[in-house]
Amino acid sequence: MLEVLTYPDPQLKQVSEPVTAFDAVLRDFVDRLEATRLAAPGCVGIAAPQVGKTIRLAIVDVSSKPKHKNHGRLVLINPEITQWEGFALGREGCHSVPDYTGNVIRAERIALRAFDLDGREQNFEMEGFEARAVQHELDHLDGLLFLDRLVSHRSDLFRRKNYGENAKK
Amino acid sequence: MDKWYMVTAVGKDQTGIVAAITGALFDGGCHLGEASMARLGDSFTVMMMVRHANGEKTLRSLLEAAVEKMHLHLHVDPVDGVLHHHVIPNLRISVFGADRPGIVAQVTRVLASDGLSICHLETDVAGTQERPIYVMHIEAKGRESAEALQSRLRQAVGAGLDVRVADLDLVIG
Ligand SMILES: [Zn+2]
Repeated sequence: MLEVLTYPDPQLKQVSEPVTAFDAVLRDFVDRLEATRLAAPGCVGIAAPQVGKTIRLAIVDVSSKPKHKNHGRLVLINPEITQWEGFALGREGCHSVPDYTGNVIRAERIALRAFDLDGREQNFEMEGFEARAVQHELDHLDGLLFLDRLVSHRSDLFRRKNYGENAKK
Repeated sequence: MDKWYMVTAVGKDQTGIVAAITGALFDGGCHLGEASMARLGDSFTVMMMVRHANGEKTLRSLLEAAVEKMHLHLHVDPVDGVLHHHVIPNLRISVFGADRPGIVAQVTRVLASDGLSICHLETDVAGTQERPIYVMHIEAKGRESAEALQSRLRQAVGAGLDVRVADLDLVIG
């Protein structure tokens, strides 16, 4: 189990470095990172910098919410979003920001390229809840928290959301 | 020992109300917890959790000058400190359509009968004067599924109003 850093720890604001060695040390770190994620109630993702390791690695697993389309447990190394489409308002929380949730606008659908633990390139297309979780985690790799993207409660969000739905059609 | 108070100020909207109140509290050695303000029409209201070492009387006297100058109504209640207990809503309810009396009452009666608690409610009257549109937006917490609640709400308000209920799924990551 690793200690999860909480805001305003300055390490959470750092931009993480790409992973270069796909070795046993990395595997061991991922095991401990996953154990840390599983110990946090309701946690669907965790990024390496949240435990003070500033490398471009995150785990996302939304399969505990089976009504959402998902790819199971993903270990995303040096991930990059290659396409964005649409936008949606949703609520987010973060284990690095205890006892706070807020509304954030994210892309509705994304295409994602990442490497797995064996260093193999993988490509994903995802949407909705899973896409939101991935965007939340990738922000951590760039030193951003959902606090950086908060939007207000006010009802123009409702209109914006509907505008987004119409734009899809 | 410090005590928590809920301080509510209501009045006609004008620039500088929050600054006047919070400035007086800060100068008087108070500590602010959470606060929420709303502006509706040309009225203004703010609720603030205030921590303060002395009694209610002292707290009121700190605010006297600001309250008089800005013609505010002030309300001070002792409360239990309730920081760090946020309720997370899991349902988002939108109701909109041509304005008519009774929309809020009909919708919230259904919510109350199902034991849902409202975390956040906002309504707007949009459209034109001749054809007003009513838009209501609610975030609530409850156990009923979005689908079931939506059909019960649609039944309650009848045709002519659009009702949408969606899960507010929280991403924690
Ligand atoms: Zn996070």
